[in-house]
Amino acid sequence: MTTPAALTELGDTKKSMKRPKGPSPKLSPAARRRSLTGWAFLLPAAALIGIMMFWPMFQALILSFKTGRGTNLAFADPLWFNYTRMLHDEVFIQTIKTTMLYLVIQVPIMLISALVLANILNNPRLRFKGFWRTAIFLPAAISLVSYSLVFRTIFATDGLVNDWLLALHLIDGPVNWLGQPGTARMVIILGLLWRWTGYNMIFYLAGLQNIDPTTIEAAKIDGAGPLRTFFSVTIPQLKPMILLTVIMSINGTLQMFDESFNLTQGGPANTSMTMSHYLYKVSFQNNPNFGYGAALSYVILIMVAILAAIQMKVGDKRD
Amino acid sequence: MTSAQVFRGLREVPKYAFLTIVAAVSIGPLYFMAVSATNTSNDVLASRMLPGSSLIQNWQTLLGQQDVYAAMYHSTVNAVATTVLALVVSSIAGYGFEVYHSRNKDRLMWVLMLAMMIPFAATMIPLFRLFANFGLINSVWAVVLPAIATPLLILMFRQSARSFPHEIIEAARMDGLGELSIFFRMFVPTMRPTYAAAAVITFMAAWNNFLWPKVILVNADYQTMPMLISNFTGGYVIDYGALMLAVLIASLPTIVIFFVLQRSFVAGFTGVVK
Repeated sequence: MTTPAALTELGDTKKSMKRPKGPSPKLSPAARRRSLTGWAFLLPAAALIGIMMFWPMFQALILSFKTGRGTNLAFADPLWFNYTRMLHDEVFIQTIKTTMLYLVIQVPIMLISALVLANILNNPRLRFKGFWRTAIFLPAAISLVSYSLVFRTIFATDGLVNDWLLALHLIDGPVNWLGQPGTARMVIILGLLWRWTGYNMIFYLAGLQNIDPTTIEAAKIDGAGPLRTFFSVTIPQLKPMILLTVIMSINGTLQMFDESFNLTQGGPANTSMTMSHYLYKVSFQNNPNFGYGAALSYVILIMVAILAAIQMKVGDKRD
Repeated sequence: MTSAQVFRGLREVPKYAFLTIVAAVSIGPLYFMAVSATNTSNDVLASRMLPGSSLIQNWQTLLGQQDVYAAMYHSTVNAVATTVLALVVSSIAGYGFEVYHSRNKDRLMWVLMLAMMIPFAATMIPLFRLFANFGLINSVWAVVLPAIATPLLILMFRQSARSFPHEIIEAARMDGLGELSIFFRMFVPTMRPTYAAAAVITFMAAWNNFLWPKVILVNADYQTMPMLISNFTGGYVIDYGALMLAVLIASLPTIVIFFVLQRSFVAGFTGVVK
């Protein structure tokens, strides 16, 4: 999970990298012992991250050039066989499109709603502030599997949503929400909005509380209206937090699995399936193919890296 | 009240109406889940929104179909072990990065932060093979080890170590306290809010983790709560009352922890963000 710490820290690390070198390269015995103690303190975490994240990432690259079933693997001929196979894999291309659709529709709506809500809740004169904040944040305490199944029940053909819409005479007959490509994707997007808007709102609230109120006062004295103040004073100061939530959301959407697996089971006809769900199917279901799965995982890795890099660049330029 | 005050009050109405709708939409599905846990499957499908009297019957149906106790036990062991180990390993690393600061340690920090960009999907298959080679499939270690050290938790602790006065450390050294004792006796007690915040996010993430346990816990005997409720829908006839009860049970620990630690959670984050 990501925390606001990341944000202040990203800037701080740059600063400390530029810190001048110590007074002398030769350390006293006590200082050297202390430095070694410091390394010993870092060792368990660094070793775990190395073994559990960097090493598997490297292994996945090698694996992505191999083919075979189960554990019986050999280097492919040609080496890039798994990667060329993707180009003709209609299901994978479909999952990329679907994941991008989720990204393009859900992320902007969610982040703008979170920003608006945080701005309303940040008003010191607002009553029942604690209640609103808890209510809106509560969905984030529920597991992805749990809410996926609740949404699946609510949006079932004989479920709550159809019952209410029928009672209100908004539809003529029950809608098969999860059985049609368009509505199945829509239910997933609604689920994501429900689960994550409050979560992002908390980050914006933390960011808003760090804004110096005198800058807002100054804007008011200069004659700026509330909207103008919001866009010209508040938003620029929130930019690091906005950047963080954008990266987190993009990253999360590209790796999405639980909703696709539990809410729609990828259906109908794979139209709501995400990339990670397909990767799971290729690697662990029916005829497991680790090599092809690893190649797919590298495509996801590259997509995450590119999008994060673009976001960093865009975020930097506006500074 | 003057007319100006009344006018101002009226202007506030849309805002509160909006917040009420948002809050209702947020709580609605959770209310439905809680109410449905006490209703029969037919009542759930009939969209009954009032508490029923079938809680015990749903509980018996659930126990008849699923080993809830075992799943709760495995989820608890996994989540508690992950949280405890993650707090120890990450806080000691965060403290180490800040207190024994050096140029090379900064470089290492930068490398570790790159790990944040690695999607889990890219490490899942090799991790599975790694644990398979060591015969650790279906073991707690396979669930816990990959979740212990996360760059973000280290960042969080390093950031709070920054506000820890170095004079205290110097004074403790003068008094002849060892480096480890300084950490455990001085740093850990002072940083309670940060530990609480870190514990909440780690426990929630570990408790709710689904994909990795599903991959590595091959044997159904070792299944966790998220796996149990996911498998629940695999049958031909789904008992929705029992399903919603299972979902409610699986969600209770994280909801309770969220409410209990909410105060220190906010305090912990404020300390970190400053």
